[in-house]
Amino acid sequence: MADQAVAAPRRKPRGTALLGTVPFFAYVVIFLIIPTLVVVIGAFAGDDGGVSFANVKALTNGYILDAFGRSITLSAVSAVIGAILGALLAYALVTSKAGGTLRRVVTSAAGVLAQFGGVTLAFAFLATIGLSGFVTVWLQDHLSIDLYANGVWLFELPGLILVYTYFQIPLMLIVFLPALDGIRPQWREAAESLGGTTWQYWTRVAGPLLAPAFLGSTLLLFANAFSAYATAAALVSQGSPIIPLQIRGALTSEVVLGQQNLGKAMALGMVIVVAVVMALYALLERRTAKWLG
Amino acid sequence: MSGVAVHLEGLRRTFGTVHALDSLDLEIAAGELIALLGPSGCGKTTALRVLAGLEDADGGRVLVGGKDVTRLPANRRDMGMVFQAYSLFPHLTALENVEFGLRLRGRRRVPGRAAAMLDLVGLSTFGDRYPHQMSGGQQQRVALARALAIEPAVLLLDEPLSALDAKVRVQLREEIRRIQTEVGTTTLFVTHDQEEALAVADRVGVMRAGRLEQLAPPAEVYQQPASAFVADFVGLSNRLPGVVADSSITVLGTSLPLVTPAPAGPATALVRPEAVDVAPAADGEGSVLTSSFLGATSRVTVTVGETLVVAQVASGLLPSLTPGTAVRVTLQPVPVALDVSVN
Amino acid sequence: MAGVIARRHRKQRIFRWAVLVVLGIFFLLPLAAMVEFSTRNAETWPLLVNWPKLSDTYPDLAEGIVSSLEQAALTAVLMLVLLVPTAIWVRLRLPKLRRLVEFLCLLPLTIPAIVLVVGLAPVYAWVTYFLGGSSLTLVFAYTILVLPYAYRAIDAGLSGIDVKTLAEAARSLGASWTTVILRVVLPNIRSAVLSAAFLTVALVLGEFTIASLLNRTNLQVSIELLGKSSATMSVAVSLAALLLAFVLLLLLSLAGDRRRSTKENS
Repeated sequence: MADQAVAAPRRKPRGTALLGTVPFFAYVVIFLIIPTLVVVIGAFAGDDGGVSFANVKALTNGYILDAFGRSITLSAVSAVIGAILGALLAYALVTSKAGGTLRRVVTSAAGVLAQFGGVTLAFAFLATIGLSGFVTVWLQDHLSIDLYANGVWLFELPGLILVYTYFQIPLMLIVFLPALDGIRPQWREAAESLGGTTWQYWTRVAGPLLAPAFLGSTLLLFANAFSAYATAAALVSQGSPIIPLQIRGALTSEVVLGQQNLGKAMALGMVIVVAVVMALYALLERRTAKWLG
Repeated sequence: MSGVAVHLEGLRRTFGTVHALDSLDLEIAAGELIALLGPSGCGKTTALRVLAGLEDADGGRVLVGGKDVTRLPANRRDMGMVFQAYSLFPHLTALENVEFGLRLRGRRRVPGRAAAMLDLVGLSTFGDRYPHQMSGGQQQRVALARALAIEPAVLLLDEPLSALDAKVRVQLREEIRRIQTEVGTTTLFVTHDQEEALAVADRVGVMRAGRLEQLAPPAEVYQQPASAFVADFVGLSNRLPGVVADSSITVLGTSLPLVTPAPAGPATALVRPEAVDVAPAADGEGSVLTSSFLGATSRVTVTVGETLVVAQVASGLLPSLTPGTAVRVTLQPVPVALDVSVN
Repeated sequence: MAGVIARRHRKQRIFRWAVLVVLGIFFLLPLAAMVEFSTRNAETWPLLVNWPKLSDTYPDLAEGIVSSLEQAALTAVLMLVLLVPTAIWVRLRLPKLRRLVEFLCLLPLTIPAIVLVVGLAPVYAWVTYFLGGSSLTLVFAYTILVLPYAYRAIDAGLSGIDVKTLAEAARSLGASWTTVILRVVLPNIRSAVLSAAFLTVALVLGEFTIASLLNRTNLQVSIELLGKSSATMSVAVSLAALLLAFVLLLLLSLAGDRRRSTKENS
């Protein structure tokens, strides 16, 4: 009875049901699909409006390749550091009492800190280890250590890696914790009762089980760092070491004609890197869901 | 005889203020299958986990084959364990799961040992399936094969059937019994399902609040419950008022022997439905309230004055026992326990 | 007596606190440094809580704060209006479209904001043409930006209830589809809607990329600008903004915890 009641009108005015989704789709097309197409098409458009591969070819210019290289280094290093430390933190929480205060407080804080990027984060680190930052001054006054004896690295790649780690660790905690929770205590107990040592449990059971989740989370962290713009923009005001800052340069300099479309080509390059990484992530995630869901 | 004797001696374990184990003593003979039965929180699972080495005891000793293993970690106790559910390693196939323990022992893989174990549980063709490709019942069979593959001194079964469908449950418990008899491993089987315990065990231990209330063969536990708790927990019982005198109790005009002596005076007897006979009689003092068909046997509720009596009758009698029929209720003279909780 | 298991628990406890202390220092140090840095000038904090004086001294900052608050509120409203009815409608009447809607909603996760800006620039040329160059127009882009997070929250809420049965029950009692959505489904996903709104507000308050590159203003843009003239003040405002986000998201996660625990209890 109830089935018929719902099924009948569905067959009849299918069109009117679709009408209800028009605002959503229209909005997404205008503000998401069109901008995406602008990037993709613009990357292959010449200054005269015709099809051109000049922009894509320009991506192989030394300075752009270098920027891509630095972006990838920054993302990879901060992802690996964040993944390892975040996983340790997640394991520390899993061994605490389930549903305990400690766990709730730390996961809530991680939720906030993972979103804590951009200008505020840059300024937090300026206040900490900037030239007149709290730690810099303290080390100088009390231990006579000059943080920047070998140059001011805060505004370069090492500084960016340190600052990025600050939001990578909490993000790792958030995405990796469910996988750790999926490890059932029975598996450890089964491994033990079958004669396994702690080492054997980690290398033969927990390790292989967590590997896809760990790898997937690391990829997500990579994409996260690779896409980040605001933190670097606020921290680095001179030069454009990484791709997002190169895009900023292309967007804001209206002097050189054709730069606009070069920006689109770089943007397309970013999308491709992120898309590949996210596809791998989705693949690993599916494996994790099968094992640890 | 491959089994060894197990002896739990005065095991104590408290969680906060709860005594999960209250000086528990239990002796399992070599090759014997003992089922620990009891409501949740009675300590039966704790007892099993202490024996496995997965839980510390606050006091007492665990002896396996005369050797004290109390301080031994779980991985050196030589026990095969089957958990309630989901204990198979999800990244290994059924065969790899069964081989797991063999490989850990560095034992050169006895060729065909794992396959033979899978064969023993009737899953020889499922070797390359992953756990998520198998049903719950199949997973538990593999778990059993995995536990037995290492030829453990003791087999521990922690509610292995409780996550399964009723039909699979019955099937698998028969099989567990068959396999256990075949390999002769000393076995502790923990369950909250009385039917299951009675069906598989050599002896059933009924636990309550960290202690054994009764440890006896299934028939004895059922027919001669040592206490009202056992009588109540194992099987369905009528609570019938009566009067105790001379080590027997008079209920509904019938004198029934008592399982344990009790002081004279009014008391409540626990009487099994199958010990109650109901027959239509125009001058009967009872009246049928409801009757329900259950298959081979049926259940009839009868009011006798203020008292409600549940009786199990042959289904053939059901047509003559429609609601409202006047009946005579007689009790078979089997020993009964008293319900002490009411008095 | 200390058994095998007790010993393992003790080892785990030591490991746990070691990790927590070391990472705790790493995470708290910058916050402490911000407090120290922003109190170097005694006038900073009193000025920050004195709105008339603040907007007098730092008009750009005041404008940024107001803009961000307006953007946050409007984005939340637009997101809810756009997403909630669509999500419910698709679940009820067009289940085949669910994958597509989900894909579109999660798409912004794979498109970095900096890339979106590149594509949005021409679209915003039209927006400016029709609606002017107000900073409030950023709401359009922000709604796309928060789509993945808001969608997940709302979708989780809808998964938690049996939308179909609820709708069938209401329809069989004579309710119109509008009534079904507004008076039957919506009240049942109240907390999910609230989560989505909270997340939106938190994300919009922290947004910098799009505002900065489309030459509009908001809180983060004005903080960055301020950093060039008054470092102390900019750190103070950063800290205040951070604390606000902390409170918002903490409320959110606590509300989520309560929802979970009530479900477990029932």
